Amino acid sequence: MMRKIVSTAIVALGMTGLVVAADVTAPEDVKVENLAISASLTGAPGNAEEGKNVFSNRKLGNCLACHANSDMADQLFHGEVGPSLDGAGTRWQPEVLRTIVVNAKEVFSDETVMPGFYSLDVGEDVRKDLIGKTILTAQQVEDLVAYLSTLK
Amino acid sequence: MNYSRIALIALGATLTASLIAAPVDEKLVIDGELEMTTVAPSPEGHPLPEVRSGWHYRTETTRALEADSFENPGMLGVEQGEELWNTVEGTAGKSCASCHQDAAETMAGLGAVYPKWHEASGKPINIELQINACRVNNMGAEAYKFDKGGQKPLTAYIKHQSLGEPVKVSLEEGDMQAWWERGKELYYKRTGQLNLSCASCHEKNNGKYIRADHLSQGNVNGFPTYRLKQGNLISLHNRFRGCIRDTRAEYPAAFSDDLMALEVYTTWRGQGLSVETPAVRQ
Repeated sequence: MMRKIVSTAIVALGMTGLVVAADVTAPEDVKVENLAISASLTGAPGNAEEGKNVFSNRKLGNCLACHANSDMADQLFHGEVGPSLDGAGTRWQPEVLRTIVVNAKEVFSDETVMPGFYSLDVGEDVRKDLIGKTILTAQQVEDLVAYLSTLK
Repeated sequence: MNYSRIALIALGATLTASLIAAPVDEKLVIDGELEMTTVAPSPEGHPLPEVRSGWHYRTETTRALEADSFENPGMLGVEQGEELWNTVEGTAGKSCASCHQDAAETMAGLGAVYPKWHEASGKPINIELQINACRVNNMGAEAYKFDKGGQKPLTAYIKHQSLGEPVKVSLEEGDMQAWWERGKELYYKRTGQLNLSCASCHEKNNGKYIRADHLSQGNVNGFPTYRLKQGNLISLHNRFRGCIRDTRAEYPAAFSDDLMALEVYTTWRGQGLSVETPAVRQ
């Protein structure tokens, strides 16, 4: 019985691994053209509902730390470091929102304090266990872009 | 009914947050008698128009705690420091008081001019390291480990003897200028996965909220500082490390050359502000 569960798990894991390897664009392979990243990083559209969680969750995007967002009026303490994201989905095409989330320096300037959420263009002395890792996964970026696009 | 009430509370909280967004323009007077300098003209070469104590960025309740030395929870640490001052330790059978007598006289003003050049080691020295040098060389006691033993309370006690004195670190002696330069480089160095420098928050964005936290200029004139969040006195190097850690970076050791340089530089950035030790912060 135990063995069966374990082997099922391994098969499932193997399948997930295959999917990931086939469709996800690695951070170093992301291409920005005219401020836009044209294709989904996962090859599929993101889920706006999940993206809402990525936005507010302090362990994920924690976007609310710096940006106000009227869509989250139920949450206390919206940050002021960056601009309000009300209307972000009207101001920017999803392809540009994707670039801003992936690496805002590509759209604004090197001076921006906004971290690159799917970029290896990071600061010095990165914590050892985070070297080569991005803040968000490709899936989380796509979910977030889908959510930001709903802010009209 | 319930929902509308929750919405009203949330609205109220948001309004409060935006109303207190600007640092308050008030005077800090300790126990109604000691007027503190919490805003000072910037020293030459400083990037901000004026230097402002972190006290202005805190809530009314937190500000009131610091203004009353009976209410200030950091004063318990200072009292503990006073006991340590008078406690004999080490093979020489001495306490701090054996040589330095009454700290109110012998230590007055000292906390305002540290860190300072230390010829013997060819480096800047701060109060913590000066205490350790005394313990080892004069008392025959062991050096305090970082943040351990009596290091925080004794440092707070010594700095408290300069309460109200304007910070005036000297860059003239020895190689202090070179250490200042090194500290400045570190201040602007972006670190970690989040790619932030000290300046990202404390220079470019001071006065703004990052979630519930009101970003100050990051001045160091109140350390060791009582932080309500931790319910304890927090040393400057602990705070440096915490900030750098939060950028998701590896952080330097306490009292390493890097952090000593950063102490020299950040102390200079608060030049002219009163020593507030023990300040009270969120």
